[in-house]
Amino acid sequence: MTHYTRNEMMIVTASRALAGTRTVFVGVGLPNIACNLARRTVAPYLELIYESGVYGARPARLPLSIGDPTLVSDALSVCSMQDLFGLYLQGGRVQVAFLGGAQIDRFGNLNTTIIAGAAGSLEEDYARPKVRLPGSGGACEIAIQAQKVFIIMRLSKRGFVDRLDFLTGPGHLHGGDARDSLGLPGMGPQLVVTDKCVFVFDQESKEMLISSLHPGVELSEVQQEVGWQVQTAGELKQTAAPTDEEIHLLREELDPQGIHIG
Amino acid sequence: MASKVMSMQEAIASHVHDGDMVAIEGFTACICFAAGHEIIRQGRRDLVLCRMTPDLIYDQMIAAGCARKLIFSYLGNPGVGSLHAIRRAVEKGIPAPLEIEEYSHFGMVSRYTAGAHRLPFYPLHSYTGSDLPRVNPKIRFVESPYDGEPIAVVPPLNPDVVIIHAQRADREGNTHLWGLLGVQKEAAFAARRVIVVVEELVEEQVIRSDPNRTIIPSLIVDAVVKEPFGAHPSYVQGYYDRDNQFYLQWDELSRDETSTQAWLEEWIIAVKDRAEYVQKLDASAWKRLSPGEAFAEPVNYGRYA
Repeated sequence: MTHYTRNEMMIVTASRALAGTRTVFVGVGLPNIACNLARRTVAPYLELIYESGVYGARPARLPLSIGDPTLVSDALSVCSMQDLFGLYLQGGRVQVAFLGGAQIDRFGNLNTTIIAGAAGSLEEDYARPKVRLPGSGGACEIAIQAQKVFIIMRLSKRGFVDRLDFLTGPGHLHGGDARDSLGLPGMGPQLVVTDKCVFVFDQESKEMLISSLHPGVELSEVQQEVGWQVQTAGELKQTAAPTDEEIHLLREELDPQGIHIG
Repeated sequence: MASKVMSMQEAIASHVHDGDMVAIEGFTACICFAAGHEIIRQGRRDLVLCRMTPDLIYDQMIAAGCARKLIFSYLGNPGVGSLHAIRRAVEKGIPAPLEIEEYSHFGMVSRYTAGAHRLPFYPLHSYTGSDLPRVNPKIRFVESPYDGEPIAVVPPLNPDVVIIHAQRADREGNTHLWGLLGVQKEAAFAARRVIVVVEELVEEQVIRSDPNRTIIPSLIVDAVVKEPFGAHPSYVQGYYDRDNQFYLQWDELSRDETSTQAWLEEWIIAVKDRAEYVQKLDASAWKRLSPGEAFAEPVNYGRYA
């Protein structure tokens, strides 16, 4: 078997989760490559949707940003952002959306807004943040409206926290039936792909559970990087390693310059 | 009808005043840096700047001290990382404190839509469970009169002036735009005054030959400026590529206040206009950014005479 990088493992794992999917809301970086890989492998009818207003993109090069002109040329449709957010996302046409963040908690809630200083209250921390992050972009409504949310994040104690500094995009909120009771249209986070393991969410409590460890990773390594006591989902499995065909597609066609596969 | 064509200097001098609410829109594509630079050169102050993605143009304008407030939905250098000058203003008050009013993308789109339609608010499925409404009291929830369920609403956004960059327009301001359309149509219809900046001026007949592509009619346009390469380092579909190298370069140089101010001095203050900026850029840059050709199949509108 070919040697593979941590990023390749994350990309391949995310792409396989798209098996049979028709529509995916894509971000740049790893999700973009994962979606293009899925279209070549497990999801041949996958249409890539970008919040910049593109439906059915066929990028001929790796886009640096979600507004790259390569997403426009050769796309099925390019529309206004009112149409993209209104007709496609709010209209319920997005099956899977990829999100990430600086912080995630046990219920898959995401923070992309601020890292708090020592101020104390949310309002004061927001007014004088230690680090000002980019904010929501489309993430808040994507987290609420997409049928399913898949999250790609490197595992780290700074990222997987017991308590978010700010809740930008709602996951399962405080767990249980919180989403349903508030009438959120989408099902929320279903999967978290990291560089060490894959998490799913408990059907009842909606808490994040370790579903599989990547080859060579010990359970204790995962617990070390998670800011709460994390449980496993039944019998722990090993994530399947990338195949030669997947690695070939990534290195020869999807990211020949090795910008994201690392 | 009279021509509305004027120079960028005239357009900014006539239509952008201290204290105005200004939106230079364009989502990654067609961001009119030429207009932002002219606003900096003319020394405008206390502007309220609106943009979904402030991008490098507002990072530069805020570093130059033009703004007192920013209304936005994504505060990043797209595809690269942070906007360091705006972060300095928010985190440390350098060069001056900056008031912020923050939404999500769909929230900003909805604000412009309410503004364009002259509606009192616009409803959207967003913000439930998010902390954003706690830090922005303008995001509210109302009860739907039909099913009794709560729904998020945002107020209209009606900028004093909206500046749109596009491929081509006629002299009155009927404007063809293609590629990413962003929120330009809604923003322009919401505005009190509209400046259209284009790569090419064309005859009215060219516009009339393809009316589906007219995103902005002259009805709402106050000034037309011809400014080739006016969107650099952003891009214009079919005309030039995004200068990703510059977006990466800005990430480095803007981390430091002194090198940021030095860049503003060299590339904006000491430069007379966009034509001089274009000349100052290495000629090889324009070759590097040339996108080649990919024409659409012509469509037949029919004559119906």
